[in-house]
Amino acid sequence: MFERKRDLTDAGLFIDGVTIALEGREIVSLTKRVAPGEVLTVMGPSGAGKSTLLAYVGGFLDPVFSARGRVFVAGTEVTALKPEDRHVGVLFQDPLLFPHMSVGGNLMFALPEAVRGRAARVERVAHALEGVGLAGLEARDPATLSGGQKSRVALARVLASTPRALLLDEPFSKLDAELRAQTRELVFSKARESGLPVLLVTHDAADAEAAGGDIVRIGE
Amino acid sequence: MLTRLGPMLAIGLLTAPVAFGLAGTVLPAFGYLPALGGMEFGLAPFATLFAEPAILMSALMSLVTGLVTAAISLTAVMLFTAAWGGTRLFARIQHLISPLLSLPHAASAFALAFLIAPSGMIARLISPELTGWERPPDLLIVHDPLGLSMMAGLIVKEIPFLLLVTLAALPQVKPARMRALIASMGYGRISGFVLGLWPSIYPQIRLPVFAVIAFATSVVDVAAILGPTTPAPLAVRLVNWMNDPDLSMRFLASAGAVLQLGVTAAAILIWIGFEKIGARLRDRVACAGRRLRRDSGLRWGALAAMLVSAGAIFAGLLALGLWSVAGLWQYPDLLPARFDLRNWMRVLPSLVEPLAITLFVAFISTLVAVVIAILCFVREDEMGYPPGRGALALLYMPLLVPQVAFLFGLQLLFILTGVQATMAALVFAHLVFVLPYAYLSLKDPWRAFDRRYDQIAAGLGKGPVERFFQIRLPMLARPLLAVAAIGFSVSVGLYLPTLLIGAGRLTTITTEAVALASGGNRRVIGIYAFMQMVLPAAGFAVATIVPALIFRRYRDMHV
Amino acid sequence: MRALLFSTALLAIGTAPAAADTTQPDPSNWDAVLEDARGETVYFNAWGGSQNINDYIGWAGDELKERFGVTLKHVKLEDTASAVATVVAEKAAGRDGNGTVDLIWINGENFAAMKEQGLILSPGWAEKLPNWTFVDVENKPTIRTDFTVPVEGLESPWGMAKLVFFYDTARIKVEDLPRDTDGLLKWAQENPGRFSYPQPPDFIGSSFLKQVLAEKIDDPSLLLDPVDEERFAEVTKPLFDFLDGLNPVMWRSGRAYPQNYPAMKQLLADSELDIIFAFNPAEASSAIANGELPDTVRSFTFPGGTLANTHFLTIPYNASAKAGALVAANFLMSPEAQARKQDPAIWGDPTVLALDKLNEEDRARFDAIDLGAATLRPDELGPALDEPHPSWMERIETEWKRRYGVGN
Repeated sequence: MFERKRDLTDAGLFIDGVTIALEGREIVSLTKRVAPGEVLTVMGPSGAGKSTLLAYVGGFLDPVFSARGRVFVAGTEVTALKPEDRHVGVLFQDPLLFPHMSVGGNLMFALPEAVRGRAARVERVAHALEGVGLAGLEARDPATLSGGQKSRVALARVLASTPRALLLDEPFSKLDAELRAQTRELVFSKARESGLPVLLVTHDAADAEAAGGDIVRIGE
Repeated sequence: MLTRLGPMLAIGLLTAPVAFGLAGTVLPAFGYLPALGGMEFGLAPFATLFAEPAILMSALMSLVTGLVTAAISLTAVMLFTAAWGGTRLFARIQHLISPLLSLPHAASAFALAFLIAPSGMIARLISPELTGWERPPDLLIVHDPLGLSMMAGLIVKEIPFLLLVTLAALPQVKPARMRALIASMGYGRISGFVLGLWPSIYPQIRLPVFAVIAFATSVVDVAAILGPTTPAPLAVRLVNWMNDPDLSMRFLASAGAVLQLGVTAAAILIWIGFEKIGARLRDRVACAGRRLRRDSGLRWGALAAMLVSAGAIFAGLLALGLWSVAGLWQYPDLLPARFDLRNWMRVLPSLVEPLAITLFVAFISTLVAVVIAILCFVREDEMGYPPGRGALALLYMPLLVPQVAFLFGLQLLFILTGVQATMAALVFAHLVFVLPYAYLSLKDPWRAFDRRYDQIAAGLGKGPVERFFQIRLPMLARPLLAVAAIGFSVSVGLYLPTLLIGAGRLTTITTEAVALASGGNRRVIGIYAFMQMVLPAAGFAVATIVPALIFRRYRDMHV
Repeated sequence: MRALLFSTALLAIGTAPAAADTTQPDPSNWDAVLEDARGETVYFNAWGGSQNINDYIGWAGDELKERFGVTLKHVKLEDTASAVATVVAEKAAGRDGNGTVDLIWINGENFAAMKEQGLILSPGWAEKLPNWTFVDVENKPTIRTDFTVPVEGLESPWGMAKLVFFYDTARIKVEDLPRDTDGLLKWAQENPGRFSYPQPPDFIGSSFLKQVLAEKIDDPSLLLDPVDEERFAEVTKPLFDFLDGLNPVMWRSGRAYPQNYPAMKQLLADSELDIIFAFNPAEASSAIANGELPDTVRSFTFPGGTLANTHFLTIPYNASAKAGALVAANFLMSPEAQARKQDPAIWGDPTVLALDKLNEEDRARFDAIDLGAATLRPDELGPALDEPHPSWMERIETEWKRRYGVGN
């Protein structure tokens, strides 16, 4: 289902000399490799600029920031590429399911074009929903789902698009404690399963601990 | 690349017609119009202008109308917001008044005329029981020499408009918290608002207020229906001169248009003077700490003003509706003696063509305006920053320069290039006025759109075009249709552009209706005014129903 | 409407004049005319202030299309002078063919102006139209002389007009009706605010001024000649003295005027005016049939006579659709069209035809018309006063504007 890079040194996410500054003041400066299945946690107080790194990797950094440095995803340099060409999936704090599509519609939207034929696509969507424990919910209106369900659909959606890296922008902070643990576990296990490098932005130490990877601190 | 077209087209559409139009008006005013043999500059047209009987009276009347209309409308809105803002009553009144925004000025003028005329609905209501009037009193109400009816006709339309822009500006000043703060200092509701909140609100609505002044000083359709006739306000006389087949009148008309520009400019300058005086006055009162708590009379007065202005139009529209199906209906009967649907049957054939043209022009001009507005906003997103205040003033250009002044020159341009009275020219002329409204009403919904949806979609591998059509457009469907409905109603209500550019070959419901005003045939006027009312309402109905229908399965897409 | 006429005038100047179409259709060869007319579009410039008349013209358009393949487009005017001015402008720009005006509803000073400036299709064509044989030239002298100006076949007659007054019997008794303009003034003084006239230069309003002048002038023969400027003030003194006396007791004290006849009609219905007037004797019946006036309205005239004239159709020299215009003019003069026009339920305008010249079937059409109780029979209309020379009208209008109104 997901391509695996044979050359391990090229696989994963490589952040090469990325420096982000605001009005001359440097916020982030980092060089780091994130192996497939591993999580790099970026931590720091609110407003410190943790999300800027994530935004730079994703390709949607606000122009008020000045940034330089290269980013490689699965061996390909994406620094100059448009966001839609980078194959980098993103999960935000809010599930942000498209309100004008059903659950199945959201997933169908995410499926790559390469999956051809209605039958095949429907099957993939069903499989993806099963994978997050929400089998059979294709026809539902996203507005009728619980918070936890929405997060899982959002996860299924981003995975369905076969990304080569995952960006998580405090995706668990709006969930209550129990749900948070569950969802966290689900996300990380899926990422490991798919061999995706993950960039996690959070201010919650428990998240960092569960991630189990390297931690970068910003603004402290 | 395509998106760069957006701002270019917008700026072009907003400035070029006004600039060319003004040139086409100002040059002949000084004698220069080669097509008619005017080769030299001179002041002869102005000499002819000032020799016209009572011309200064006309100009003065226009000036006063503009200032009084703006002053009364603004004061009413200010006091109402001050006294009742934040209450449930306020929300109810707001919903009552909002539909009036889409009503064309001409229709509301007709409605008022049918209400206040000596043989109108009010007189019929109270006669002969209360007044002993067996026949209508010989009072010059409609077309009164001071222009009071005309001002009333304008005020009832400008109050909803100013209320809307005030409400749009309100959230920025955090009204609930500020009110609580000011009240805790012991100020009455009205004085607290006027002294503490209004100064922050007013700068945001300044441009719309100027637009109201500009419109009121140069309005033609409301003046034709309600305004004085001996002499008529300046703009009305200008339009008559402009359309006189005697071509030498063209120079006179141009000189008059320059005078009109002067009148509008003077009105705005005087208003700015009032602003300064008002600010000084306010400072003195605020510094003196006068609490002015006993304001219940004023509060109820403000409410009454709102109710009366809205009620007057609704009552008048009802009267129009009754007249459209009336058989014989004599004074002082409150209802027609007989109802007659033949009126509609007889008028329908002559209604069809103007109706078709109205719909076509409104549809196309709105579509183009919305597309241009969208392109502008998409470009803004790309560039990453919103345009500055200068751009905002640019948007208001067609609304601040008196229509009569630049449309005149534009008409000349179209004639000389042979596109006069073509559909394309008419759509273009409407577009110039629809675009500002389209842009301004789309601004907030567009900027309120959560960018993260875009980012997610991009992360899913979707390019900009796909993101736009699959995510942004459907999610903005409701506000976009509302914007389209607004643009549509603006186009339906336009009078002067259609009159001058359509040149009688292309007529809309509004121009036909105003042309019928002098005939006093209330049945036919009732029918046309009814159509004027129905068309924008239909637009809003579509804008509400269509998204509800398309997205009925998705709860978050409902309002 | 003025907008259209003005801009086409300017367009005429802005563009090179097209090759002049100077082929004159010859009405004596009617078949050729019919053939030329097929497929043409005739722009008929006619006053558009009355819904009845507009509907009638619409009907005529439908018939012309169906029977002759001619498309009639009604260009609604507020004032016939606009159409005249357009042709003037086109001639000045050298546009001797492909004019924008094909047919004009006209009479009086407008006709005089066009004839004088050579703007009409010449030589005379009206008397060569097939339906001319039915026209009542013997009993209706105004058909050959329009406001003292000889017609010479340059315009075809369309309808008759006589100034007739209307009142509501529910409010005024027959005995109290004024019998001449002095009586009218006295009545107005006793009933202030109940009389008015449309603001000149409206045709009906100006005609009222002419009626007063015709009655009060010392030497009526002066009216048959062009205005003598030197003697104008002296000669029109009685008129303006009358108006000075009338003004304060008029509706709205003369500070506002109804703009045209339909507005006056509405004021009568609203009980704001008690006496109104029009040029169509069947106007009251027509209005009653349409539910615009109550059925208690009746007509009256002055025993001393009121103005009478004929109104016509003319074709500009540079019309684009000359053949079509001839066919239209002829059709509008036909017994069928004239009978329909005379029916108060449609319009009520009297015919220019002589009933005894018609065949059985056409006669029957006229006999079947119910003129309505509110219409005076032809023999009850009273004497006809001749219309003055057109120059009087313009001069009086100018003087009126100077004194009383600042209209445009």
